[in-house]
Amino acid sequence: MHELPQQLANGLALGALYGLIAIGYTMVYGIVQLINFAHGEIFMIGGFGALTAYIVLPSGTSLLVAIPLMIVGGAIASVAVATAAERFAYRPLRGAPRLAPLITAIGLSIVLQQLVWGFYPDAKKPRSFPEFQGESFKLFDNLYLQRADAFVLVLAPLCMLALGLFVAKSRSGRAMQATAQDRDTAKLMGINTDRIIVMAFAIGAAFAAVAAVAYGLDKGQINFEMGFILGLKAFTAAVLGGIGNIYGAMVGGVVLGLAESLSIAYIEEIPGMQQLGGGAWANVWAFVLLIVVLLVRPQGLLGERVADRA
Amino acid sequence: MRHRSLLILTTVLTTGALTLTACGSRDDNKGGGDSGKTTVVIGVDAPLTGSLSALGQGIKNSVDLAAKTANKNNEVPGVEFKIEALDDQAVPASGQSNATKLVGNQDVIGVVGPLNSGVAQSMQGVFEKADVAQVSPANTNPALSQGDNWAKGELKRPFKTYFRTAATDVVQGKFAAQYLYNDAKKKKVYVVDDKQTYGAGLAAIFSAEFKRLGGKVVGTDHVTVKETDFSSTADKVKSSKADSVYFGGQYPEGGLLSDQIKKTGAKIPTMGGDGIYDPAFISASGVANDGDFATSIGYPVEKLPTAKKFIADYEAAKYKDPYAAYGGYSYDAGWAIIQAVKAVVADNGGKLPDDARAKVVEAMGKVAFDGVTGKVAFDQYGDTTNKQLTVYKVEGKVWKDVKSATFKD
Repeated sequence: MHELPQQLANGLALGALYGLIAIGYTMVYGIVQLINFAHGEIFMIGGFGALTAYIVLPSGTSLLVAIPLMIVGGAIASVAVATAAERFAYRPLRGAPRLAPLITAIGLSIVLQQLVWGFYPDAKKPRSFPEFQGESFKLFDNLYLQRADAFVLVLAPLCMLALGLFVAKSRSGRAMQATAQDRDTAKLMGINTDRIIVMAFAIGAAFAAVAAVAYGLDKGQINFEMGFILGLKAFTAAVLGGIGNIYGAMVGGVVLGLAESLSIAYIEEIPGMQQLGGGAWANVWAFVLLIVVLLVRPQGLLGERVADRA
Repeated sequence: MRHRSLLILTTVLTTGALTLTACGSRDDNKGGGDSGKTTVVIGVDAPLTGSLSALGQGIKNSVDLAAKTANKNNEVPGVEFKIEALDDQAVPASGQSNATKLVGNQDVIGVVGPLNSGVAQSMQGVFEKADVAQVSPANTNPALSQGDNWAKGELKRPFKTYFRTAATDVVQGKFAAQYLYNDAKKKKVYVVDDKQTYGAGLAAIFSAEFKRLGGKVVGTDHVTVKETDFSSTADKVKSSKADSVYFGGQYPEGGLLSDQIKKTGAKIPTMGGDGIYDPAFISASGVANDGDFATSIGYPVEKLPTAKKFIADYEAAKYKDPYAAYGGYSYDAGWAIIQAVKAVVADNGGKLPDDARAKVVEAMGKVAFDGVTGKVAFDQYGDTTNKQLTVYKVEGKVWKDVKSATFKD
């Protein structure tokens, strides 16, 4: 167990990334009860938007200047695609049975992947992404924090805090809560629910873009397929934390990230569990945890905040 | 009403996307070509989309080049070669349906492909039933040609229609172990694989040989294909004090794993098979991969005189994608089919016989020529008789060949 602090740091960083993406699933679900399965691709497009921003910048721009601009570039791309998806793919299906938008989302996810694959220059192979140069931070003898991990660990709580304040304190945030509770009544009270729904998509997409920049800086590459698995994991995190609950998204992400990294590191050290540890079983343990949590708390760790419809 | 039309629109969009993902160049074959020639179609099955598409496109283009070259030189008088390329997306189920589609086209006499051993497993039976020769430029799993009990020394050829121009993992895995232990002087290796037919097989063969030589395997782990975060595995590698890593798998995961191991501060090389021998292994990460190794079958294409012409022709043909790791093997695989057709036509008084498929399978076993990758011929199992291998090392953002030799058991 000598590397425990290091593995905890790995799990936290991975979890923060899951959490940032999970926000998008949870916000949209909280307001329109739609699982936007194309959200992983929104994250991917945020990554390519950020890469485009980086390429446009004069070479030799320091990362400190470039990163905020990359986040902006990524957010422009992801928000544009997410709001367009809402307007043209989901809104027309709002009155349709639940399954229609779900299948549409899956179709959309394939379309978006294929568009990037086909039309972004050289996207058929992984594209390299600027990486943090320099050594990782040495916190203790047995704990190194890589720069990219530090980045996501600082950024994720800040984003969460900003979002929490926005939802609780601002007019739009309150309108959002009202829409989540009862869309029809909110509409009668003069809230422009269409605008609120677009806003939920946009916020989720912006967070996904932040996550994509963090991901690119860490892995040093992005590719057109990267959203699929991460999207599924983030969706799992959202369910684990309680779908519809924004803090739950982060909590679920962190729990899932820790479950993965700790199971890779330590399950095989339990006597008799040799065969069930390591990377091969990480996803199994993560989902076992999900099932156990849902058996005990079907509404997820923090419970969903979707008001009961009387 | 409006809803319904939009539903239809979305459906159309989705199907459109699905068709897009399954794009492959399809020529309409109308039996006889122009100028009264018989058309022979060489099927190609490879991942033309997805993360391995770089390799797949290289395979497709190289076979296309072989067919065009044969047509230009009038290699087989009276026969016009065409290719039909299908996309298997590296998925076994797609490979199987492609195989069914190819054997359904009566003009298809032989097929080049697939890239992945796992996909080949699902195709072999289809080709044997239809008596269509299949030549893979890249499959390295021994079981495909030598049967499931090859490791116990019981060699039995399961499918008489299966051939390959690539050397098997037995050769490649042992060669890697010998190099890492004897030449690179590494004694403690950490072995990681991706649980796939190719990766897991290669890692097992490597480990056995490394131990036999006297080295130690200090730990093993597995990664999942398409995942990207291997930091927990990387930290296990670091704390195991291994002096090297062997990775059985492909370059998308391999590149990230090597990267993340180096980021933990462990300055040790990662070695892999031909699955990681790709420029993308290096370019797809910011951290330098300097010192990482890969084995690949054959000698460096650039070093063989026979290959120089291939490279020049490939450039002249202005294909969009590079020939990649298996270009030479694909050209040779296509050329082997062309040579078999040539022999069959010559035996039949200059015409393609009615049972051309079965005759070509027979003729394949006797094919022998100097190809792009060296001498091309098949043994009694359908395996290539060419046991030349090369170890490549990453130096300054490119793969440099450091040792080429003929494998000795």
